[in-house]
Amino acid sequence: MSLVRSKWLSYLAKSSESDLVGLYESTGLDPSYTYLRKPEIGTIMATARIGNTGQKFNAGEISVTRCSIQLEDGKLVGHGYVQGRSKKKSTVAALCDALMQSDKRTLIESKIVIKLKEIEKKRHDLIKRKAEKTKVDFFTLVRGEDEK
Amino acid sequence: MYVAVKGGERAIDNAHRWLEDERRGDRKVTDLSVDQIKTQLSLSIAKVMAEGSLFDPELASLAIKQARGDLIEAIFLIRAYRTTLPRFGVGKPINTDKMIAKRRISATFKDIPGGQLLGPTFDYTHRLLDFKLLADGSIDEFEPGKDTEQMFQHVTQFLNNEGIIETEETSSSEADSPDLTRQPLEIPANRALRLQALTRSDEGFLLGMAYSTQRGFGRNHPFVGELRIGLISVEFEIPELGFNIEIAEIEISECETVNQFLGSKIHPPKFTRGYGFVFGQSERKAISMALVDRALRWKELGEVSDGAPAQDEEFVLYHGDNIQATGFVEHIKLPHYVDFQAELELIRKIRKTAFEAKKDE
Repeated sequence: MSLVRSKWLSYLAKSSESDLVGLYESTGLDPSYTYLRKPEIGTIMATARIGNTGQKFNAGEISVTRCSIQLEDGKLVGHGYVQGRSKKKSTVAALCDALMQSDKRTLIESKIVIKLKEIEKKRHDLIKRKAEKTKVDFFTLVRGEDEK
Repeated sequence: MYVAVKGGERAIDNAHRWLEDERRGDRKVTDLSVDQIKTQLSLSIAKVMAEGSLFDPELASLAIKQARGDLIEAIFLIRAYRTTLPRFGVGKPINTDKMIAKRRISATFKDIPGGQLLGPTFDYTHRLLDFKLLADGSIDEFEPGKDTEQMFQHVTQFLNNEGIIETEETSSSEADSPDLTRQPLEIPANRALRLQALTRSDEGFLLGMAYSTQRGFGRNHPFVGELRIGLISVEFEIPELGFNIEIAEIEISECETVNQFLGSKIHPPKFTRGYGFVFGQSERKAISMALVDRALRWKELGEVSDGAPAQDEEFVLYHGDNIQATGFVEHIKLPHYVDFQAELELIRKIRKTAFEAKKDE
């Protein structure tokens, strides 16, 4: 299983702070790093399309935090663009991004990224399964198309 | 005449200290936590995020707590905070086909692929007060059903296949989608700009406008082709890397209406569409938005306007923003001593003249 960078950055970005930080701390890793860009809270403007296929319009902003770090060892650079307003989450995401490019990749991928992917899938599956239970099961006594 | 007035400072400080005390309320009752608001008043949060135009459930919860539950005040706090934040860029257009749907219904077709999912709805409840909640009754967790996949084609696509409904197409000029948070809203507005204004408009205002179209003021014969609520990923291009990531996951409500249209000089008879898209679970507003969107489209469809309020874009777009509205309506309670002094002088003078004229008769 080999994740591309856009995928792992996506799982890191959408995770909850407590999940990400908890998983990261459980690895026991504590590399030295410097900030290339200190954590900064801002927004992105979400856009949608009219009728999902038409002209683009501005739908409203979403809070995000970003930072960039460089590991002391190996000088690898990581970017932490994440949802929400957590400098801690952004920093940990950036560290994970840098470590994913290092010889620690297997550890980070198995202990953090894959776990976040599973948490996300579980969250989605739970909504789908609950929604499925509210699906309307229509029945009619005589259906028009059955008539000969 | 200019009169500098001072002396309110102590009164203001004390008023604000009392406000904080009132917000906390009876100390014998547990303090309301932001987490409690976030998890148990989620529909209030949806409103604050949509009208504050910032998706951030935690901040919305904080704003609701600080505003003592006054949602317009909470929206004001969010709008004010938003202006302090730098914008990193613009996300890629959201594809609602990929929604993880909690709810997805159609009022036009019974048997839609994927089925009708009611989701956590107030519909079909009897609207009877549940006194068990007063007694702090515990609620059973809702057991999920079986594993299932979701990939819902939009219901309007079925009519598209027949060519009987207008299609929504991308426009070549979309690179410069207008943004009313950057440039002042100007009339006439294109549909993209109108939708931005509508999605952050006051729910109650939009509801009233939508209702007026149903009652005959700019009637447009709507059906809810589809209503869906769920989670959707937002893609954003990381400037340093030059590729997209899914930077956020948000909840939205989307409504597409199908509207009868008998044709005009420039368009044949067909179904036309209205579109509603709102942050959070907010279907009343999504439906209202779609109705008002359709009403505002009379000109581009070659319809004759009834001159109804909902068809007047200046009326709708300039009066739907509850922060602008509350700012202007409420500011008249603030000191206007000098303005009023001038009015007083004026009326006294006119009265004097009027009485003297009468005396002379």
